[in-house]
Amino acid sequence: MPEYQTHDYDVLVIGAGGAGLRAAIEASANGVRVGVITKSLLGKAHTVMAEGGIAAALSNTDERDDWKVHFADTMRGGQYVNNWRMAELHAKEAPERVRELEAWGALFDRTKDGRILQRNFGGHRYPRLAHVGDRTGLEMIRTLQDHGIHLGMEVHMEATVLKLLKDDQGRIAGAFGYERERGRFLLFHAKAVVLATGGIGRAYKVTSNSWEYTGDGHSLAYDAGASLMDMEFVQFHPTGMIWPPSVCGILVTEGVRGEGGVLKNIEGRRFMFDDIPENYRSQTADNEEEGWRYTQGDRDARRPPELLTRDHVARCIMREIREGRGSPHGGVYLDIAWIKNRIPKGAEHIKRKLPSMYHQFKQLADIDITEEPMEVGPTTHYMMGGVRVDADTQMSDVPGLFAAGECAAGLHGANRLGGNSLSDLLVFGKRAGEHAARFANKNGSATRLRLDSEQIKSLAHTALAAFEREGESPYDVQFDLQDLMQKLVGIVRREEEMRGALDGIEQLKKRAEAVAVAGNREYNGGWHTALDLPHLLSVSEMITRAAIERKESRGAHFREDYPQKNDSEWRCNIVVRRSESGQMTVRRQPIPEMPCELKQIISEMK
Amino acid sequence: MAVATFRIWRGNSEGGEFRDYTTEVFPGMVVLDAVHRIQAEQANDLAVRWNCKAGKCGSCSAEINGNPRLMCMTRLNSLPLDRPVALQPMRAFPPIKDLVTDVSWNYRVKKTIRKFEPRPPDDGNGTWLMAQADVDRVQEFRRCIECYLCQDVCHVLREHSLHDYFVGPRFLVHTAALEMHPLDIGSRTGDLKNQHGISYCNITKCCTKVCPEGIAITDNAIIPLKERVVDEYFDPVRKLFRILRT
Repeated sequence: MPEYQTHDYDVLVIGAGGAGLRAAIEASANGVRVGVITKSLLGKAHTVMAEGGIAAALSNTDERDDWKVHFADTMRGGQYVNNWRMAELHAKEAPERVRELEAWGALFDRTKDGRILQRNFGGHRYPRLAHVGDRTGLEMIRTLQDHGIHLGMEVHMEATVLKLLKDDQGRIAGAFGYERERGRFLLFHAKAVVLATGGIGRAYKVTSNSWEYTGDGHSLAYDAGASLMDMEFVQFHPTGMIWPPSVCGILVTEGVRGEGGVLKNIEGRRFMFDDIPENYRSQTADNEEEGWRYTQGDRDARRPPELLTRDHVARCIMREIREGRGSPHGGVYLDIAWIKNRIPKGAEHIKRKLPSMYHQFKQLADIDITEEPMEVGPTTHYMMGGVRVDADTQMSDVPGLFAAGECAAGLHGANRLGGNSLSDLLVFGKRAGEHAARFANKNGSATRLRLDSEQIKSLAHTALAAFEREGESPYDVQFDLQDLMQKLVGIVRREEEMRGALDGIEQLKKRAEAVAVAGNREYNGGWHTALDLPHLLSVSEMITRAAIERKESRGAHFREDYPQKNDSEWRCNIVVRRSESGQMTVRRQPIPEMPCELKQIISEMK
Repeated sequence: MAVATFRIWRGNSEGGEFRDYTTEVFPGMVVLDAVHRIQAEQANDLAVRWNCKAGKCGSCSAEINGNPRLMCMTRLNSLPLDRPVALQPMRAFPPIKDLVTDVSWNYRVKKTIRKFEPRPPDDGNGTWLMAQADVDRVQEFRRCIECYLCQDVCHVLREHSLHDYFVGPRFLVHTAALEMHPLDIGSRTGDLKNQHGISYCNITKCCTKVCPEGIAITDNAIIPLKERVVDEYFDPVRKLFRILRT
């Protein structure tokens, strides 16, 4: 019998990025026993990579901003398939969550009169992002980490969950997983579980995400019988590094464009002026001069087209590349160096505003961004889709199972605005933690999981099977899946290609079941990859099936065979769920009627 | 086809040895890329810790040809490839497996440092006013990505293993960030002197040299903290004042 460790918590939080830590802090503050599981070391989660800032209508930099504008911006960016209640809560509560971070020690950049400075970002009408240079994510995660460690939560670093466990009434009762160091199995008793596992970027070849982003939360929730929603909406960030090959996919913050950076094709043309969508025309500058004034804080100027939403910018870049106007390494140019013509001591200004970007290009690509343009192209960045949750409590349709942050769906609809992710983590991380604690106290399962149960024995057996057989390397299966998703379910999608992807995924599932790993259970990268494969394959299938179902183009989902948006038929969500018989089912879910006051806000902000 | 050889330490807490792996290399590659190639093609069970691959998370610390570096930020073209590139785990921490070390001590130490304690808000809605210049001074320390390379190279920890008596440069930087935080009203000088062993540091500046974030650890964090301790506990005038008062 394999070696086990067991732990007992009221609330178990899976994931220790912004959402997980914020949930754990809130649950701890509610006086329950909290355990946190993280695949990496504490403080290393993907939140660390967030550069631009936290969107919150503090109205420090522009007093015309308020929650209503933020709400309307979020809904417009999401093409109105967002969960409007989440968008409302998010816009209302984000400022308080940011101020709270300051009370816990975060230090944001300041306005001249000493308040939190806010910057411009794509799709936000007013300067709204609280930030620290271009390392806001680090500031946020470190603040949450340093605050959280004093609240009594227990953190299990370098541990992974393989399965959620339920009691006989269908409530969450715990989770089963392993720790990396020795490869021992872990059994967690828990009355409530908060999924905060982040995204799915590793299903694609070119991604800004680290190895961790294998869709564990999405897949665990699906497996537990929860509904998932909006899985067709995968955000490709328009600006990832493309050269040299080893850095392909690493993010170049939207902040570069917020500070005045412009996109150009090989001919030197600012192609973003060529295609401005109708619903943004009134808000977008029609000449370069006005766009520049906007980035420099002119309140009467409209935003340059480089700061349109990410889905649109990514598609424009793809168009330039496909039509042969790309840069030498297959991207386009992003130029911030040009602002030296406009700003005294421009090089110093760039280094001060974008220190990480300066550093990143200098060290990894031998490029001085104060002197020459960067080459950039789209990179898989963010998953709008995820676990379908109640807006107020963040509970899924499995009692006791909560989700927050990237692995939950709803707030962002068909496309997320930059900066809305960090605020999402805070607002809904807090809500998930609070309601998970409440659920644990009132309705939590009292079932004791048994180590000697058939279920646990079979889980352990399956997890170890790859050591017992001969077969191919799990890395080969992972690479082939990434290739397939990149080619067939990427930025531009077609029905027959996606049908091909489904066949491919079926074959990869068989291969994944037959992979072999060498060595023993101690910190074995091959074994970990083998255990991540089922999650990756499960989310890839969900993405593909939902993308086939949505026969229109909206937000991040672009269908070459259905290039138009079709509001009469498709202003709805697509929900994926496992049927009783174990089949993946896909259905359309109408969006509930929006209350009059919210409708009115949207029409006023048009 | 260009190739290079990597001499990687393979082993665990009971011991290990260097093994050579030869792999293809491409322009722009960093050491971590080569390790990943070797892991995928030749040694599936090779243990390596990494996350962001962009110098932002501080996970992939190791000793490259004897120098403590982040593997994701070390370009192969900065290394001599006509001989094997030696890769080994950080030496100041117990080995777990291959390139991965047990850094949990750092997490335990952090808990012993008094947490942030802000002054009451300046404003009714719970906000504070701060000048950018005051924020800038501390933001240098808050850039730290907790890669622990400074801990690895600190001779107090590395050579003398005084982990029980000295918190190391990382946590002196952390303490400095709190002590110099414009809002913080807590005091940590007593802890620095009595529990955190600040006097063990004899300012050799090795930590500053290896910091991938370029934080002036010794000059801007440790020396000012030492001065605070000296002012408070070893200033003869203050000492006299304390004696007279008691």
